[in-house]
Amino acid sequence: MISAAGFAAQFTELMLAVLLAPVLTGWVNQCRAWLQNKSAPGLLQPYRVLAKLFRKEVVLAHNASPLFRFAPYLIFGCLALAAAIVPTLGTDLPLNAAADAIALVGLLALARLFIALAGMDIGTAFGSLGARREMLVGFLAEPALLMVLFTASLISGSSSLATIVETLAHRELVIHPSLAFAGVAFTMVSLAENARIPVDNPATHLELTMIHEAMVLEYSGRHLAMIEWAASLKLFVYSCVGLALFFPWGIAEGGDWLGIVLALPVLLVKLALGGAGLALIETVSAKMRIFRAPEFLGTAFLLAVLAMLVHVLLEH
Amino acid sequence: MSGTLDLTLAIATLWLAVGLAGLVAPRNLGLIRRLLFPLGAVLGLALAASALHGLFQSPTARVLPLGLPDLPFRARIDALSAFFLLLLGGVAAGISVFASGYIRRGEGTPPGLQCLYYHIFLASMALVLIADDAYFFMVAWETMALASFFLVTSDHRHAEIRRAGYLYLLIAHVGAIAILLCFGALQGGSGDYSFAGMRGVERPVGWASAAFLLALAGFGAKAGLVPLHVWLPEAHPAAPSPVSALMSAVMLKTAVYGVLRVTLDLIGTVYWWWGVIALATGLLSALGGIVFAAVQTDMKRLLAYSSIENIGLIFAGFGLTLIFRSFHMGTLAALALTATLYHCLNHACFKSLLFLCTGSVLHATHERSLGKLGGLMHRMPWVAWCALIGTIAIAGLPPLNGFASEWLLLQAFLFTPGLPHSYLNMLVPVAAAVVALTAALSGYVMVKFYGVVFLGQPREPKLAEARDAGAWERVGLAWLAAACIVLGLVPAAVIGLLDPVTRALTGFGMASLAEGWLFLAPIQPERASYSPLVFFAGIAALVGIAWLAVRLRYHGRMRRTGPWDCGFPHLDARMQDTAEGFGQPVRQVFEPFFRIEQQVPAPSDARPFFREVHDDRLWHWLYLPIARAVDRVTSLVTVLQRGRISVYLTYSFVTLLLLLLFVR
Repeated sequence: MISAAGFAAQFTELMLAVLLAPVLTGWVNQCRAWLQNKSAPGLLQPYRVLAKLFRKEVVLAHNASPLFRFAPYLIFGCLALAAAIVPTLGTDLPLNAAADAIALVGLLALARLFIALAGMDIGTAFGSLGARREMLVGFLAEPALLMVLFTASLISGSSSLATIVETLAHRELVIHPSLAFAGVAFTMVSLAENARIPVDNPATHLELTMIHEAMVLEYSGRHLAMIEWAASLKLFVYSCVGLALFFPWGIAEGGDWLGIVLALPVLLVKLALGGAGLALIETVSAKMRIFRAPEFLGTAFLLAVLAMLVHVLLEH
Repeated sequence: MSGTLDLTLAIATLWLAVGLAGLVAPRNLGLIRRLLFPLGAVLGLALAASALHGLFQSPTARVLPLGLPDLPFRARIDALSAFFLLLLGGVAAGISVFASGYIRRGEGTPPGLQCLYYHIFLASMALVLIADDAYFFMVAWETMALASFFLVTSDHRHAEIRRAGYLYLLIAHVGAIAILLCFGALQGGSGDYSFAGMRGVERPVGWASAAFLLALAGFGAKAGLVPLHVWLPEAHPAAPSPVSALMSAVMLKTAVYGVLRVTLDLIGTVYWWWGVIALATGLLSALGGIVFAAVQTDMKRLLAYSSIENIGLIFAGFGLTLIFRSFHMGTLAALALTATLYHCLNHACFKSLLFLCTGSVLHATHERSLGKLGGLMHRMPWVAWCALIGTIAIAGLPPLNGFASEWLLLQAFLFTPGLPHSYLNMLVPVAAAVVALTAALSGYVMVKFYGVVFLGQPREPKLAEARDAGAWERVGLAWLAAACIVLGLVPAAVIGLLDPVTRALTGFGMASLAEGWLFLAPIQPERASYSPLVFFAGIAALVGIAWLAVRLRYHGRMRRTGPWDCGFPHLDARMQDTAEGFGQPVRQVFEPFFRIEQQVPAPSDARPFFREVHDDRLWHWLYLPIARAVDRVTSLVTVLQRGRISVYLTYSFVTLLLLLLFVR
């Protein structure tokens, strides 16, 4: 069942995700700076930041528990595994049999649980505020994401991500109205989950508005580096899930090496376009009050349920 | 299998004997803690082992030399009973070991009496599971209710505990009446109240439906289904922690057993709309339970509401089973039933674990209110790490056991669009969405629970003296935590255990479909598969590599100092989120669920005062109107009460006369 080629493809994909994720974050930042008429940092700026953080010493609060020190590695591990099970280049991935779309959502939720617990560990006002808001976003975004994946699973008759991609990439150009709803819902969820405008703003530490940054305020040095890297990986995972569900063309099927090699430039182009789109959304929209976030995410959830209903009613 | 039945009866008798032994020296704590409770735990393990063996044997029945002269008790054990006996024995073993360290003097009822009630409770639950006629079943069921009532009211000097016990007893009896009527509807005029007789009766739709609805109401009252759930958040916090654990983990499951026994075994033929009712009630309980759990400020009440949520998910799975079975989709019915039973087992493990953790916290701090805890990770590391395992499991996160059963349940939903009924097909996405929302909310609730109790700074100075659980308590916690991990990591083996049960009830098993021991693949591997072991190994490997790489590549320097908090220097424990604060977003999003009374201070108040009470709307919609109506009727009846003996004698005389007339 597990072939050597599949194993090699799995390893390539994992390494690619881990190495490419900071570049994607850098690209989004660069695009946003351009769109906002600022001079942009280089594409590799996230790497420079990571290198700086790794070199710095860790400054830890007196009452930090072992959970606080262990969490960054665990979150990084969860997101790296998530990146490994989403098909980006090819669909012959041994890890795909171990975790399907529901397990992917569970994996993201596990990472969220630990980052929220770590936020509450020191007992600062900001930490618990951030944890509460993160869980608020999470409990509305997670079912919406699950419903989006369910819609795709219903279309392809399988909840395995590889099978979903294979089915969707090969359908004739029929327009699935359900996927249109699901696509809108997915975009909204991705914005919220990746702490982007209009739900959160990754670029500020303004106390009234921050979510993700509030939780990780107490981290420093290598711990913060792992968290930052994990955040980049999360953006990468969400982008790749979006590409796999809505633009699956170009992903190689099976263990075809030529296809995988060809899939790489396609992936890069898709990610570049997606990143630019994200920067555009962030530039043209304003951050909303935190109390509006449940409405925003509730809309996403309803759209996702609607997508499933539309599929059952019209396409079944 | 007759061996298993005899052994079960023997263990129930021995449990009773252990309980009675507690009466010999009701205040001899050493005897009770070091001999009787551990003995009860060993008996639990023996029961689990014999039930494990009995799962794969053919059913055996036996007429007991007990009961009324021409109405003997009948006992029978089959795969369904054996599965629930396994659950009872395995969980009771952990809880009893914990209880040997937990029981103290001076907490209400003397230890010897507690030991008696506790073991009667265990024995009666075992008897409920093997009863084979309505009479024996009801006797065991009522013994269970009474024993647990006395356990709930252990600390009966507090008025609120007596009130909780009374509410519990009341609803338990409303439920028992419904169950009794259900058995009446089941015997179909034959007058034969043995289960074997009921299986053979052909019933018209009306009687079968009446029996089903009565069973759902009666067992639902015991299980804590909405709208009969109100006793649960009162009784669970009132009881001592091992008892809360036992009630939540096992007693609620006996109700699930009852409903499964009556519907799938005794009635036999099912209709799709029964499934819709069960599914809707289950989903309502699940969502309502978790939303209420999010706003609780008492840690045991929070867990009690979370039990309502889990029971809701179990009944949702049961509803799906009925729907699939009514359309003769055997494999899918088996899948849904597997998810239901698996979740029963999982909930028994993680909920008892968490209740026991709250017990340790309660003894260490004398505090149940979340607003006065915090930072216990440093003082009670053993309890904190066990509770973390329970937290991950109950939040339904991989790779622990809560996720495995939720995964199976969601798979069952994913396969539903094959139903030959278009309305049902439309309802299913909505139902799946509710399940997903509930699962996500339980993550929120558990972060609140764990974060407020174990993380952060201690909110009270006295918490600095908290001490970790003792050795016996640690063994009990470790046993249940290990169960959560094992049940999560080898789901294929668990499905192997469930196979005889689903085969007996739906005619189909799932064991042949699980692909080897490593992968869980219901229906077909290309449709969906999940392997928690590979999953766990993957995370562990990635975490290990990341840690090693950072360690080898860079220095490991670290400096301890005060918290940063954006440079704010006057940080204190009251600046953390309270339990109320953490629950506030959920209260706001789900406002229609609550009945909120607010008292907001005016700007000119010299001593500003803010008060907010939120409670269940059902109290005002259902319970209080009924209570008022009962009050009114009784006030009419009190006209008869004159308080003079001559009047009462006249009543007796008139009644006698009327009876004589009637008889003649």
